[in-house]
Order: sequence, then C-alpha cells, then structure tokens
Amino acid sequence: MDLKYTDAAPTDAERDAVDGLLGPPPSGWEGGTTRSDEDLRWARGGVSAAKDRRDQLLPALHAVNDRIGWISEGALDYICRRLTVAPAEAYGVATFYAMFSVRPRPAKVLHVCTDLACAARGSAAVCADLTESFAPAGTATEGAVWQESPCLGLCERAPAALLIQAGERPEPARLPLPALPPLPARPPLPPLPARPALPARPAFEDRGSGGGAPGFGKGRVGEQPAAGAPHRTAVIAPATPTALTTAIRSPEHTPAEPPPETAAPQAGHPTLVLLKRIGTTDPASLDAYRANGGYTALRRAFTLGPAGVIREVLDAGLVGRGGAAFPTGRKWEVTAQQPDGPHYLVCNADESEPGTFKDRVLMEGDPYALVEAMTVAGYAIGARQGFIYLRGEYPRAFARLGHALETARTRGLLGPDILGQGYAFDIEIRRGAGAYICGEETAIFNSIEGQRGEPRSKPPFPVEKGLFGKPTAVNNVETLVNVLPILEHGAAAYAATGTGTSTGTKLFCVSGQVARPGVYELPFGANLRELLELAGPPQDLRAVLLGGAAGGFVRPDELDIPLTFEGTRAAGTTLGSGVVLVLDGSVELPRILLRIAEFFRDESCGQCVPCRVGTVRQEEALHRIKDRTGAAAADDIALMREVGQAMRDASICGLGQTAWNAVESAIDRLGVYK
Amino acid sequence: MTAVPLQLPRRLIEFTLDGQETRVPEGSTILDACRAAGKDIPTLCQGDTLTPKNACRVCVVEVAGARTLAPACSRRAEAGMTVLTDSERARHSRKVVLELLASSTDLSTTPRAAEWIKEYEAKPGRFGADVARLNEEPKVDNDLYVRDYDKCIQCYKCVDACGEQWQNTFAIAVAGRGFDARVSTEHGVPLTDSACVYCGNCIEVCPTGALSFKSEFDMRAAGTWDEPAQTETTTVCAYCGVGCNITLHVQDNEIVKVTSPHDNPVTHGNLCIKGRFGFQHVQNRV
Repeated sequence: MDLKYTDAAPTDAERDAVDGLLGPPPSGWEGGTTRSDEDLRWARGGVSAAKDRRDQLLPALHAVNDRIGWISEGALDYICRRLTVAPAEAYGVATFYAMFSVRPRPAKVLHVCTDLACAARGSAAVCADLTESFAPAGTATEGAVWQESPCLGLCERAPAALLIQAGERPEPARLPLPALPPLPARPPLPPLPARPALPARPAFEDRGSGGGAPGFGKGRVGEQPAAGAPHRTAVIAPATPTALTTAIRSPEHTPAEPPPETAAPQAGHPTLVLLKRIGTTDPASLDAYRANGGYTALRRAFTLGPAGVIREVLDAGLVGRGGAAFPTGRKWEVTAQQPDGPHYLVCNADESEPGTFKDRVLMEGDPYALVEAMTVAGYAIGARQGFIYLRGEYPRAFARLGHALETARTRGLLGPDILGQGYAFDIEIRRGAGAYICGEETAIFNSIEGQRGEPRSKPPFPVEKGLFGKPTAVNNVETLVNVLPILEHGAAAYAATGTGTSTGTKLFCVSGQVARPGVYELPFGANLRELLELAGPPQDLRAVLLGGAAGGFVRPDELDIPLTFEGTRAAGTTLGSGVVLVLDGSVELPRILLRIAEFFRDESCGQCVPCRVGTVRQEEALHRIKDRTGAAAADDIALMREVGQAMRDASICGLGQTAWNAVESAIDRLGVYK
Repeated sequence: MTAVPLQLPRRLIEFTLDGQETRVPEGSTILDACRAAGKDIPTLCQGDTLTPKNACRVCVVEVAGARTLAPACSRRAEAGMTVLTDSERARHSRKVVLELLASSTDLSTTPRAAEWIKEYEAKPGRFGADVARLNEEPKVDNDLYVRDYDKCIQCYKCVDACGEQWQNTFAIAVAGRGFDARVSTEHGVPLTDSACVYCGNCIEVCPTGALSFKSEFDMRAAGTWDEPAQTETTTVCAYCGVGCNITLHVQDNEIVKVTSPHDNPVTHGNLCIKGRFGFQHVQNRV
C-alpha cells in the first residue's frame, strides 16, 4: 500500500509509549528516524503485512492514551507508520471510542457515572456538587477534567466514579500482582490457606490500578519514580463530592477499593456454585485456586476429549448468559466442526449493560476460573488462541486477569503443552475503550481487528466467519464459568439444578434502592420476590428494571415472575444480562427513561439509519413529554412506537433492536405517562 | 456494446418470493431476485459496483421465520426461503427509515427519494420543527469537488470506494460515533492536505449528491443545472493506453461532468483524476 502519512511528529513520550508495545521500529519504512542502507534498497510492508498487524491498532491507541491522556496528530501518525494503517482509518477508530480523545486534555480524567443505578442513587447531586466545588464537566481545571460517563459497572456501590491518570506505567504490565490485604473475617468460613511471603513485591493497596501497577500513595518500592506522575487508576464508589474532589486533586490519597467479595453479599455461603470462590480463595494465588477445586474441570476435559466436553455441555443444557440464551454446546459443536481454521475463542468481557457488574466480580474475585474455563472451551472447539475482550473501565479486572494469565503460563496451564497433554492454548486480553456496542458479538471482532467497533451483518454467523474471518465461538464470562461445575460434577448433576429448560444457577446484579446491593447467585426457578427479599427491598417499591437498559420494567405486583428464561419470556420480559435494578417511589421514572434513551443515543455506533437517527428521535420525543401525561403525551408515544417498531425490525444488531424495549415496557406496564 | 465476462455456471436455487416460486443462481441476493422478477425495491446504500454495507435499511424485506427484517441487498437467497417484499412490516420500516433520513438529511438531490417518500406516505415533518439535523456547511476546499455532508446518509459507499474495494487510497473514513459520525479525513483536514488523489470515484458512487463535481455544485447554486437537457456521450479516454470508457455529460455544449459506465469491465465505473477531471482542454475558451 502506498499510504500518505501526515507531517506531524510524535513527542518522545508518545514514541516511547508506542515502541513499548510494538518494540523499536525495525526500519525507516516503519517510522524509524533513520534509514539503513538496506532500507534504501528494499521496501517492506504492503497489504498482507498491514493486515497482519492491524489488530495492534487498539492496543497502540491505548498505549498512547494511557501515557499521555490523549492522542495527538503526531502520535496517531506514528502509530499509522508503525502498523501501515491509513491515517484517516486510524482517526476513524480513535474517535469511535469514548475513552480516547484526539483533542488535548489533562492527564487526569474523572469519569462520573450518571447511568441508571447511579442516577437512582443520586449521581445528579454528585455532579452538581462537583460543578460547584471543582469545575463544570469538560472544563480543564488544575490539570484535571471530569466528565459524565455511562455505566461503570460499579452499581452495587453507586454512585460511582473512575479516575484515570495518564502517565508512565511504572513497571511492565505483566507484573505479578502483589499480595492482597487480608480478607475480612467471616466466621463461618474456613480460614484462607497460608500464602508464601513475597518480600520483593511492593505493598499492594487494592486499588485496581491497570496493569498491576502498584504503589498508590505509598510510593514504589525499590525503584526510582519516573518523571511526572505515573499511570494510575482509582475507583471512587460510593462517590461523595468530597471523595471526588480529593481524588481528582490527589489521586494518590484515594482510599483503597473494597475487595470484590463485598459485591457478593452471599459470599462464603456453601450453596454457591459460580461464586463459591469469591471471598474464600485468594484471587492472586494459583495455589489457593487449585486447593479449592481449580483445574479439576480441565483434567476432566482432557479425559473426555473435545467431543466429550461438548456432549457434556449439551447434556447440561447450558445456554448463554449474555442475554441471547443460545445453547452453548451447540455453538461449540458447530465451531468445532468448521473445516476452516484456525478456530478462535473470544470471551466477551465487555460488560457494559447499565446495571451489570457480575462479570467484573467474577474476574476480580476468581480470575483463574475464567482462565480455566476458557482453556476448556478452547480445547472443545479446537482453538489455540483465546481473547478476553475486556471493557476498558475495569482496571482491577485487567490487573487480576493479567496476573492470572502470567502465573498460569509459568505453571504450564497455558502455553504450548498444557498439563503435558499436548494441547497448546494461550489467552490474550484486549482492552475495550468505552463502547457499549463492542459487547455485540460481531462488533467485538471488528474492535479486536483494529476496525471501528461496528457490528457485522449476520449471516455469516461467528461460528462460520468470526474473528479474522475464521470460525469463532464467543461466550460471555458467566457462561464460560458455568462450564467448570458442569465438568466437575457432570452434566446430570448440573442439570438437576434449575428448571427443565433453564438449568444451573444464575447471577443477578441487584442494584438501586435495596438494602444489600450486589451480585446474587440463585438456582433458576427462584422468583423475583425471593431475590428481592435477599437484597432487602424498599418499602415503597415502584418498579424493577429486569434485564438492563435493553430489558423491561416489571411492576411491584409482578414479583412472582420466575427468574428463568422461559418464565420471563412468558411474562413478556427478559432476564437479559441479569440486571435487577430496583426503583422506589423517590425516583422520577420519566428521568430514568430519558437516561435510557440518552444511553442508546450515545452508544449507537451510527452504522444503520433506524438506530442512528431513531434513537435521537425517541430521545427528542421523551424530552417533549417528560412533564406530560395522558392525551398531551399520546402523540409522541405513538410516534415512538412507530420508530421503535422500525428499529426493532430493521436495525443491524441487537443494540438498535432492543433500544426501545425498556421505555416501551415502562409505558405499557407501568403506565408512566398515564 | 458492453462485453459481459462469462461466469462459471451456477446452481439454481428455488425459493418463494411474494408467493411466487422463483429460481435464481446460487449466491444471488434477494434484491437480485426481486430485480429479475421486475420488483422495485428502494435502495440507497446498495451500489452495483460495491459490496453493500446494508446500512441504510430501506430495502428491508420480510423473511418468514426470521425475528427481524432482512436487507434485500445483501441477504442471499436460500433454498426454501419465503420472502415477502411488500408486507406491512417491511413497508412500515421503509416508511420510518425514509422519515428518519429525510428529517435529518437534505435529500433534495437524492434520485428517487421524493418518489419513495410519496409512495410510502412518509411524513418527515411529524418529528417536529426543531429536530436534530446534520446541519453541515458544504466543504469547498479544492477546485474539483465539493463535500456537502448535510446530504450524507452515511452509506459508506465513498469510504469503500476510496479504500479497499477500489482505490486503495484510504483518504476518508467514518469518524465519530452515532448521530455524530461523519465521513472525514484524518483529523478533519481539508482534502488538499489528505491522501486524496482526486480520482472522483467517491462521487461516482455517492447516492445522494453529498459528493459532487465542483462544476455541478456551482451550477446548482446558480440555478443553471439542468439534467434533462444534458446529453451523455461515451468515448475512450485519450490520456493513457488503458482505454477506459468515459461518459461526457454535456449541457449547452459544455462538459459539466464525467462518469464511466459501471458495467465496463475495465473501469467498473472508476476513473483516475485525468479521465474524470481533465476535460478543460476540450473547452478552453479563455
């Protein structure tokens, strides 16, 4: 390809950041500052080389954004030269993601969640106060800026905020995770197994810094600090105005994030299956994982063989937990049968549905479970390479998973010869950069491949042509983790839990006005009332949003809805991603609906007309009727219905097809505008 | 006469199109089948020389048993499929999509848009007067062509033609997201600073007139553009030895723009800067 680059030059820091990922440029053809004699005789690159490396575009954009805080023309141009990507295309990709900026901005960016769960718990007041005490949103002040953010997946501690400070990562991203602070005492649980002392590691304040970078506040041990502030992230939840102002002024003084098990109120309960290790097993210790049942599923998988694993998953009746409820075994079977190769496994960890945080808790609290489950899945479908597509807003999960992968590799549980069985498999984490649409199974492929995260039309389906155009199985985190109990106890034992068509247990993300928000695990068949009883429902329950922004509302008199795929379907709603957002009488529903509409308008990729324009028209209509009822709202409701029907019928992907669901259910079931 | 390259024989598959048993060669799209059967389905983002992006969704049809409607331009016909092209559901979606487009975009130079809006009884005005629109000023940054993104429906055809489907120049791409997505050069620089090589192949495929010859843009502004009065003459480009066909569009004895026949096996409608824009010497009247 004869690409034309711009004349903008990168700064040394920008060049460093990109070279840190890609290595130094091997030649003048790839952005090197000098050309060797050989370069003058030989042109490298070309279409095939470019295609091979395009998938490094998103990581390269991350590298610059992490270091500098935004992506300048010079940095983008250097990335383009390194990867043989056209600048216009790279610009199109960089501007697709909300976490990147192509305009100068301060190194410190505070993302304040204003999405459903946070809105229900007072994010508006937090933002107002921050505007008052610090600066209006988007205004750079004191080397920092804050902005409103879609759901950060911290709903159990709403309202929430995430601070990202760009800077040099003080240590390689694969630094082993330092030891955790002691777990809080839980009398009925057995004591944790002792962990070996690791004197060389710095003290770890559990703050979920991306890439395992330690040393918030305490400084780094045994190393001189680099010039400027290091890259760090901090989660502030619950976000009080004071905590936010402190965090934005001096991130190093942010208090430690509570351990993941605080998000699982049932932690330690003996009946838990998917959450059984949350809070009882040190997520940073492979030994602890193995001592608590880890890697028995993989051993069983090797004795069963790939077809046996698929048979077991089919018999167990496992269906996808990402919302579509497609039979997992069937997906694996079809992928495994594809003659084209290589096969890929993609773990969809882009949990961006407002109100959803279960995958975060699993990845932070039991990362090895996901690693093992992916190894089993990869084995079943004949993949040698798996990707975890992790949402960019989950720095602690990124650190924990990175550490888990690294230790698994060193112990022969990933790599060329897993457990001496001759099976080669490895996993790479790809970080998203703030785009809900990238949770759509085909948009993930485009995002990993370095394209804009726009969904592809189906057919062809991913099992035939997925990542890099090859057969790919995409499963979300919760689905994959279910594979472990299936193999540990057998399909029959697994299928004995739950109902006929919804087998096993299900994780629910309970947030909003409940006494004990968090992730709950219940066998399929329990009803909504039982779940709410566990979480402590409010006195004046107004409505429950089931299934997330793409789900539907149910009334307080509908709490007997069984929480199964068939039960919710029969009741005209959906389990979706397991969101249970509880709203009491204090919540203004029209505002919540507006926020849902805003969310879809913001998150539409813009590829197809019904979604790109339809979400805007619906939001406009909701604005018009926010203070109206009855006949005064009827025309606009009729208009939204017509647009909603076309979006459902004619949009390319699930985002547009489901964007109208929640609002429609609020109108029909709750009578919001009556 | 246009040469039609022979293709390998293809298997015929049978399916039901609006109640009629239909046979089409394997690999045909539903739209191919519709056109062969003489059915008129509106399309915007579909182009005869490009792989459709199926982004505009005006060609949706109902496939029995499917949860959602299918874009006729890119869904391949399958044996045994039952397709309804004019069902109430399909008509409803087309109507709403036309309304959404017309309420946000200037469709005044989109061929057939007005006709379809009438046919489907679309009422773009019902979203109110103060709806969000693109509201872009035309970008006039060179003497050859104008980008008027107020008329852009984001069909991706220009991006595909500039990029890997034809030109391999990659001067433009879609940037931003959602309603704010726009076709753009890197960092929004003028075309003169971009990688653009002025082949004009993007103009050739633009379905709405968002991309146009500067000559056409100026004449439209002056009110002198008169398409029915134009004659088209196809000849051979004299600049090099490839032998591309060029079609001269002439109004009042002046060449006002140049295109190339899409079914020409040499150009497929594409030209280079010389063939497309190098016509001043024919009519240099200093």
